[in-house]
Amino acid sequence: MVGAGAVPLTEETVPGQVKLGVRDLRISYNHVTALEDVNFDIHEHEIFGIIGPANAGKTSFLKAINRMDMFTPEMKVEGKITFNSVDVSRIRNVYGLRSRIGVVFPLPVGLPLSIYDNVALSPRLRGQNNRAELDIIVERCLTRAALWDEVKDRLDSLGSMLSGGQQQRLTIARALSQDPEMLMLDEFSIAVDPVTTMRIEDVLKELRKEVTIILVTNLVQQARRLADRTAFFLDGRCVEVGITEDLFTGEVKDQRTRDYVEGRFG
Amino acid sequence: MFEATRLNQRNDTRQKLFRFGLGTMTGLLILPVVLILGTLIYKGAPVISFEFLFTGPTKGMTAGGIFPALLGTILLVVVALLASVPLGIAAAIYLSEYASDNWFTRAINLAIINLAGVPSIVHALFGVGAFVIFFQFGTSILAASLTLAIMTLPVVIVATRESLQAVPMAFREACWNMGATRWQTIRRVVLPNAITGILTGVILEVSRTAGETAPIMFTGAAFFLPLLPQDVFDQTMALSLHLFVVSTQVPGMPENLPFGVALVLISMVLLMNSLSIALRMYLRGKKKW
Repeated sequence: MVGAGAVPLTEETVPGQVKLGVRDLRISYNHVTALEDVNFDIHEHEIFGIIGPANAGKTSFLKAINRMDMFTPEMKVEGKITFNSVDVSRIRNVYGLRSRIGVVFPLPVGLPLSIYDNVALSPRLRGQNNRAELDIIVERCLTRAALWDEVKDRLDSLGSMLSGGQQQRLTIARALSQDPEMLMLDEFSIAVDPVTTMRIEDVLKELRKEVTIILVTNLVQQARRLADRTAFFLDGRCVEVGITEDLFTGEVKDQRTRDYVEGRFG
Repeated sequence: MFEATRLNQRNDTRQKLFRFGLGTMTGLLILPVVLILGTLIYKGAPVISFEFLFTGPTKGMTAGGIFPALLGTILLVVVALLASVPLGIAAAIYLSEYASDNWFTRAINLAIINLAGVPSIVHALFGVGAFVIFFQFGTSILAASLTLAIMTLPVVIVATRESLQAVPMAFREACWNMGATRWQTIRRVVLPNAITGILTGVILEVSRTAGETAPIMFTGAAFFLPLLPQDVFDQTMALSLHLFVVSTQVPGMPENLPFGVALVLISMVLLMNSLSIALRMYLRGKKKW
């Protein structure tokens, strides 16, 4: 799934291969450590959950993958993150990296553009200006994000004026318009009602056939419903990584993991 | 149950007193505005006519119109805008979207604030030194306009930077995350949402530029010229200086004429200000998030 006009980062990737490798990752802000001791691989077509209380370093982790530390001078990333076996810190064309990774934020960010332009933005950034092509992309992405039926008659109205749940599906459609190889969702359900949350979860289950998904969530049960494997971040450390179901059935290395998934703290 | 205690009564009296006091102060504030406008309209309106606006002064400026001055002010403002708007907007975009927070940007910001505080007569002398003498533009529209441009640059920069920073950071981050460069983000998301605020700043700059006298006195504005300027290297008449001349420098001036000039000048400024208020209201109605 390489986007039109994008330059491949590496040779053809084989399904089931390691999509994202993390070794000895340490992230600090002004020399204060925010996250360290992160070591795991995320495989292609996997839904990888990350759970943990606030300030565990989950969002910093996503930022480091996407090289967003570039925009935060006080943020420092050490260790190694590989995407398609390429060390992301060595990628000169960070735009190529970011366009392969779709991001969905906790609070939906509907850009102050029309619904159509929100979804067409990423293809346009890559130089796609053919209206007919864009029409197809917009309809396909909105359909896959389960929003098409609600907005197909008003594609010209403002994306930022949709309801919270609709905006979040719009941002998912926008992320999909990048033709991403990986999707990172950061607590996407915070501002979304339960019904919409379930709809988006269904969308994610469908999407895993095509993309690798990192699901950062504050809902332990959401990780259980969706994630194949889950990592537990606590106080800036990755305490545990394992098959999601094991975390819930007690096959854990660390007692704190168990306490957290059973709701004893956090 | 709800009878007022003595304390309640005292508080109530006190609050009425303060309301009256503060209201009176506010009323006093409006007084000069009303008086100025009232006088100008009362004494100046009879002078205003098609002839007054579109013919030149005659009989040693004691009769005739103000067309050369009106045209001159418009020319000065337009040339000043051509210089200061691109420069100011470029600087503001750089400062708001690109520059990192270090001693250099802080120094630039400090310089901009100080530039705004420099008295206009100092700008005038700088204009003489830099544009009239050093760049050898002579006393000309170009030299006067560039002096005005430098004087009003902080207005454009500050207005632009503020409207850029009013665009939420989350929009930029969303764009960067999908692989947009900083410029693509500015071009597609930030600028379209800041443009009305920038325009408001530009219009305010126009009204400030139109009224200034000191910076143009030595750099390009003349007491009286029999001919209209042919290009930017000519001198020109200007409304603000013309007002000064007809009110103080010419004996035997009919009483109403200076008021007419003042009325035209202030109408221009008020028109511009109303335009900027209308734009801001339009912006508020169109707010997209």
